[in-house]
Amino acid sequence: MNPLSRRKFLKISGATIAAAAAIGTVSKALDKAETTKHKGIQKIPTFCDICFWKCGAIAYVRDGELWKVEGNPLDPLSKGRLCPRGTGGVGAHYDPDRLRSPLIRTQERGKEMWKEVTWDEALSYIADKMQKIKSQYGPESIAVFSHGIGGNFLKHTLKAYGAINFAAPSFAQCRGPRDVGFRLTYGEDVSSPERTDIKNAQCLVLIGSHLGENMHNTQAQEFAEAVGNDASIIVVDPRFSVAASKAKYYLPIKPGTDLALLLAWMNVIVTENLYDKEYVEKYGFGFEQFKAELLAYTPEWSYPETGIEPKLIRATAREMARYKPATLIHPGRHVNWYGDDAQRSRAIALLNALMGSWGRKGGFYYPVSMDVPGYPYPSYPTPTKDKVDNPDKKYPFAHEAITTGIREATLTGNPYPVKGWFVYATNLIQALPNEEITKQAIQNLDLVVVVDVIPNEIAGWADVVLPESVYLERHDDINVEWFRDSFVGLRQPVVESPHDQKPNWWIAKKLAEKLGLGNYYPWKDVEEYINYRMTAAGLSFDELKKNGIILGTKQPNYFDEGVPAEFQTPSGKIEFYSLQLQQAGFDPVPKYKRPAGGPAGSFRLLYGRAPVHSFSRTQTNRILSDMMPENEVWLNANIAERYSLKSGDYIKLKNQDGVVSNKIKVKATERIRQDCVYMVHGFGHTAKGLKHAFGKGASDSQLLTRFETDPLMGGTGMNMNFVTIEIEA
Amino acid sequence: MARFGMVIDTKKCVGCMDCVVACKTENDVPEAFNRDWIVQDVRGKNPDLHMEIRTERCNHCDNPPCVYCCPTGASHVHDLGGIVLVTHDLCIGCKACLASCPYDTRFIHPEGYADKCTFCVHRVEKGLDPACVSVCPTHCMYFGDLDDPNSQVSKLLTSRKNHSLIPEAGTKPQILYLV
Repeated sequence: MNPLSRRKFLKISGATIAAAAAIGTVSKALDKAETTKHKGIQKIPTFCDICFWKCGAIAYVRDGELWKVEGNPLDPLSKGRLCPRGTGGVGAHYDPDRLRSPLIRTQERGKEMWKEVTWDEALSYIADKMQKIKSQYGPESIAVFSHGIGGNFLKHTLKAYGAINFAAPSFAQCRGPRDVGFRLTYGEDVSSPERTDIKNAQCLVLIGSHLGENMHNTQAQEFAEAVGNDASIIVVDPRFSVAASKAKYYLPIKPGTDLALLLAWMNVIVTENLYDKEYVEKYGFGFEQFKAELLAYTPEWSYPETGIEPKLIRATAREMARYKPATLIHPGRHVNWYGDDAQRSRAIALLNALMGSWGRKGGFYYPVSMDVPGYPYPSYPTPTKDKVDNPDKKYPFAHEAITTGIREATLTGNPYPVKGWFVYATNLIQALPNEEITKQAIQNLDLVVVVDVIPNEIAGWADVVLPESVYLERHDDINVEWFRDSFVGLRQPVVESPHDQKPNWWIAKKLAEKLGLGNYYPWKDVEEYINYRMTAAGLSFDELKKNGIILGTKQPNYFDEGVPAEFQTPSGKIEFYSLQLQQAGFDPVPKYKRPAGGPAGSFRLLYGRAPVHSFSRTQTNRILSDMMPENEVWLNANIAERYSLKSGDYIKLKNQDGVVSNKIKVKATERIRQDCVYMVHGFGHTAKGLKHAFGKGASDSQLLTRFETDPLMGGTGMNMNFVTIEIEA
Repeated sequence: MARFGMVIDTKKCVGCMDCVVACKTENDVPEAFNRDWIVQDVRGKNPDLHMEIRTERCNHCDNPPCVYCCPTGASHVHDLGGIVLVTHDLCIGCKACLASCPYDTRFIHPEGYADKCTFCVHRVEKGLDPACVSVCPTHCMYFGDLDDPNSQVSKLLTSRKNHSLIPEAGTKPQILYLV
């Protein structure tokens, strides 16, 4: 049903709504007959999937039609308030550009020419190809790219088949370097949701992290809470972000030099004896060697690199020390910038260690979880090969699979051929740097399967496209979250899928049956699976269906609440000096290296997030696209004037390798430095099926032809591209 | 009678547009139209900048020109207390109210009537906050009776510096922004 006819329908039925007396909670999944019959308003709890944060939500169904989605007050992540994307989640259900039925390719890959087929045909086709790949190359030759909780069942089927190469861009293209930097220092990841105790921070330092624009709900809520509590905010960003507008200190740093600032901050804190001595003595390893290395990095040394005046560096270092240990230097999330990102993240971890903030209120809490056993499946086949993404441990500190490593193996056939890709809910064309390499790698594949809700760019390169129900129409695995409070969350159907879309669990189970792996699915349907897990945990599935969330008991989050101060590092302490880095041939204390500059007259291309869009997957959501239909390129006002450009003019950007973007609107602003430009990621769609988003704005990822690989963990630093301005004729 | 108004803490607002999205779904606002929006008011030169972020909408003025100029009586003040509304069936879409509003808050709905923020009167009647207030993830919006000295909105106004939009228009806006 298109949105206009829905509105007409709603208008006509307005009287019925006003008269509806019974507003109750309906806890069971609705079959179609029941949905169309039901009058009045039903409130059904579930959790969101517009991003991967998994906020508890309550969906309102009015006379059988999806009306609106609100936050679930029981949910510790959303605390009853969704972000704009979650509120606009209704648009995902009504999106006219959705995939509607299974598709099999009829022309060469990338042409986006399909025939509609039945589920049986599509799954038989896939199973047949999979069996051929297995017999010719082994099951390890099928790789899986999967993002979010929705892919759990598909991954299960592929593990049963014998696949071992599973990766998500969330590691090598996002938070990987950060987690490696913290793991090297504390022996643990920052993880997701981040264990940052923002709401209790008295001093919050954001380095390129644009909370408020980057709308991870809990983080944004706690950021506003910290601002409301008059926490001292320090923002380091080449762009005057929303967060910068809340800051006591704004440091407009030269892009790529953050590590020089971090080292200078630590120099001031150590030489002025401003660090938490008791904490460092008790928990630290190698502090004296660390201190000796820092002495060279004075604020005066840092100044020509960063452009931040020494007196401002000193003032902000002292400001941080004033509020320790409730000083949180936020580790960021998407931190793949310059290829030295794990070491920069390690410097952030070390600065936090000087503040004594790890394990302390207002710093980093220890997340907790409920004990919910997994389903007792038969064991997976024993692999005969190693994973393909990181041969010979080239990147010794990668603790998750590297997407771009799988891409490389697919391209070269080394260490062994990769012949099939399964892609679940991640638009690899826009998620990985240099899309031409991705397209070349795809040419070597015998099978490409994309499971998604919209026909995005990667779907255009698939042999088979499987249309998934959107989150409001399906069950997924339960969310047993690691967070400040422990809880279990349920995703359950609110409305029927409008066409021939199916939930992931159904697709995965049917595919397993086609592959002769039906024994890996002893359960009849997903409710039986969830019920098993809930019962095994001693929890009530009925209560979960009714409330959407079951809370665990309060457990300690900080050292002074009884969390043992144990560190899973080689020394068992916080490693100021890292022997394992030294032994692997890396700097035991991070060292700054100036990033390569661009051609004369070019601008470094920076990109980020908008609060109303998730990656490249929400631009056809009519509600969210109404909020932001296209992206803009931010140009410093003086630069814009030099080119006689004003806000609203369209230009194109050309990168150092001659790649020219789609046209993009200029935002001439004082809010950015003169040496860089900025745009929001996820626009400039080229997939024909994304009718509403096609050609709107420019794609940053198209311009990211160059990237610098992090030698510690294989992350791809992507702020290495430079653009010039092409005036529209 | 109450005098309903909004107090918005610009210090906490991050301009995420959740208020705009919530209004859209709550009130079935048609595609390409919005009853509320975000303004980022930037002053200064890089790097010495100041930015006030505001969520804006109909100010439900105490002295409402849109009501005075309406030839049919469609634009009116609701009995509930200061809420300016449009009766769709009486509206002829003449746009006099659009011209009279100093805040440019009104638009002509595709079905032909002047439309704008209603303060979610259908929710207020049930004792609920307007949708935008109730969803705001930063808790920067407050709704209540400006005439009641004990209401949260009144207390915020006495304790914090605040301003309204275009006060010189003399319309007595009922939305106030904390700075």
